[in-house]
Amino acid sequence: MITEGQIPHIKNSFIGSFRVFCKNKMGVLSLIVLLFFIFIAVFGQLLVPYDPQSFGQNGIMEAPSASHVLGTDEMGRDLFGALVSGTRTSLLVGIFGTVISMVVGALIGIVSGYRGGKIDALLMRLTDIMLVLPWLPLMLVLAALMGSSIWNIIAVIGLTGWAQTARIIRAQTLSIKERQYIERARVIGSSDFHIIRRHILPDVFPLILADAVTTAACAIDAETTLSFLGMGDITRPSWGMILHYAFESGAASSNAYWYLIPPGLCVLFVVLSFSYIGNAFDEIFNPRLRGRSENGAS
Amino acid sequence: MNRRYLLKKFLQAIITVFAVLIINYFLFRIMPGDPLAMLVRSPSLSEEAKASVAAMFGLDKPWYIQFFVYIKQVFTLDMGTSFIYKKPVLDIIAERIPATLLLTVPAEILAVFFGCYIGMISAWRRGTKSDVLGTGVSMVFYAMPTFWLGILMVTFFSATLGLFPTSGMMTTTLGDRSFWAEAGDVVVHLILPVITMALVMLGNYTLVMRNSLTDVLTEDYINTAYAKGHTAKNVLRRHAMPNALIPVTTLITMNLGFTISGALQIETVFSWPGIGRLMYDALQGRDYPLLQGIFLLISICVVGANFLSDILYGYLDPRVKA
Repeated sequence: MITEGQIPHIKNSFIGSFRVFCKNKMGVLSLIVLLFFIFIAVFGQLLVPYDPQSFGQNGIMEAPSASHVLGTDEMGRDLFGALVSGTRTSLLVGIFGTVISMVVGALIGIVSGYRGGKIDALLMRLTDIMLVLPWLPLMLVLAALMGSSIWNIIAVIGLTGWAQTARIIRAQTLSIKERQYIERARVIGSSDFHIIRRHILPDVFPLILADAVTTAACAIDAETTLSFLGMGDITRPSWGMILHYAFESGAASSNAYWYLIPPGLCVLFVVLSFSYIGNAFDEIFNPRLRGRSENGAS
Repeated sequence: MNRRYLLKKFLQAIITVFAVLIINYFLFRIMPGDPLAMLVRSPSLSEEAKASVAAMFGLDKPWYIQFFVYIKQVFTLDMGTSFIYKKPVLDIIAERIPATLLLTVPAEILAVFFGCYIGMISAWRRGTKSDVLGTGVSMVFYAMPTFWLGILMVTFFSATLGLFPTSGMMTTTLGDRSFWAEAGDVVVHLILPVITMALVMLGNYTLVMRNSLTDVLTEDYINTAYAKGHTAKNVLRRHAMPNALIPVTTLITMNLGFTISGALQIETVFSWPGIGRLMYDALQGRDYPLLQGIFLLISICVVGANFLSDILYGYLDPRVKA
């Protein structure tokens, strides 16, 4: 009886959440922009008439023209092609970095909140230290020491970005832990693992999702910055790598705007989209905020 | 604020500093990329020369001896010798600090002032066009990669319009000049990086100010103030702003890590000879002692700033307890 009653409730809350999201115009627009970039990352290569790594047959540092819509770089490579393959790398790093950071953050947050005591104190001290350490210098040092393959970059981003998530998830776990159904599950002899997997994880999941969006924005920005500062994977062109080459080849002083502007705009659009979607999620999970904005509009 | 709160925060800061010391040490020993291998990459170096270089940098001793040597060195402010510059790390860092302060302090002041102002207007006129514009522009600058904004500024204002020099701290080719001529030259070089940095940091302050003031404006005492017959302007200035500014005040100190990340990118783009550019050069040259020294310095400053912001928060907001 109880479970039957709960299913429509969950469904309604999902549809309700979706309705709240749809009301947020910037959120919907951002979602469309993101889907566009994902489409480019998956199918983009089909749109590019040139091999992105081929050079020699084109002129160098050519301004945009009919044959090269975004011009060419200092080695005569087609920049539109580079941008498209950069989309794939940047999104890949962003997504994998976010996933690692979510898994680590959620694990530490749940264990810390559920176990409490000494383990909690120890893990939270670690989290505080990670929160305080300046992220960019830390990532640069790690990337320099580990070597800059794409998987190392992903690992560096994932392993430095989990602290905020761990704090949020811990707080939520602490409040869920006190609820009656957890108590009941424990009384009938469920193991800790079972309780975490079946009761706590589903409850903190929406929060993990909302936090993932914000983290993804940071991850993409981090990849771009690391690559620009020369810590990127030179075998995989990302938006940050294109900007790195542009800067190194003096595109700024020779006014090669076609080289400089498109990759940065892509980063900007993706990061902004994630931020606006994050704001929309905030309104869903934080009803106080929703009420406030309605008051403000009236 | 009571003594227990202060003591707790102080102990936390001390623990964090020790953790930083340990992380900093092990990071540079455990990770692949042996500093000695880097140093003696040139095949022309003889075995004796390699051994003498290793002895010079203390690389020939076992790691635990090196650890105690390292801890002792940190407390005596001896951070070793730079691979590239062949000078004490501390001296090199100390030389670069003024340039970084010259860049970050004016930028921070501009960002706090304009950020708070835009945030205040946005919260006060919530939902109007000026709110949408102010918040939107701030979010764009916030989301933009810092270095990219710097490059765009150089391309537009220096390369295209020719208004400002593209890089460096002063024009070195001019020879001997009076103090004022040189100072003026530095200011001309400073304008573009400072504006870039202020724009990047602005967004954070705007958004925090806006959220904070919006929260405060829903409090009961704001209604009370209106009921007592205060004008809207008076309510904003005397009742809402003082409380709304508390999170911003602590953000200034807490943001040091963010400021350093910004300075790193902007100094790289503008070839500004500060700590950030030094770190970039140390990274490119894999100058481990220098990199370690800079990382340690930055981390300790950030931990200190966080401790300061905790104290400040406890002092400004009496509701905070241990």
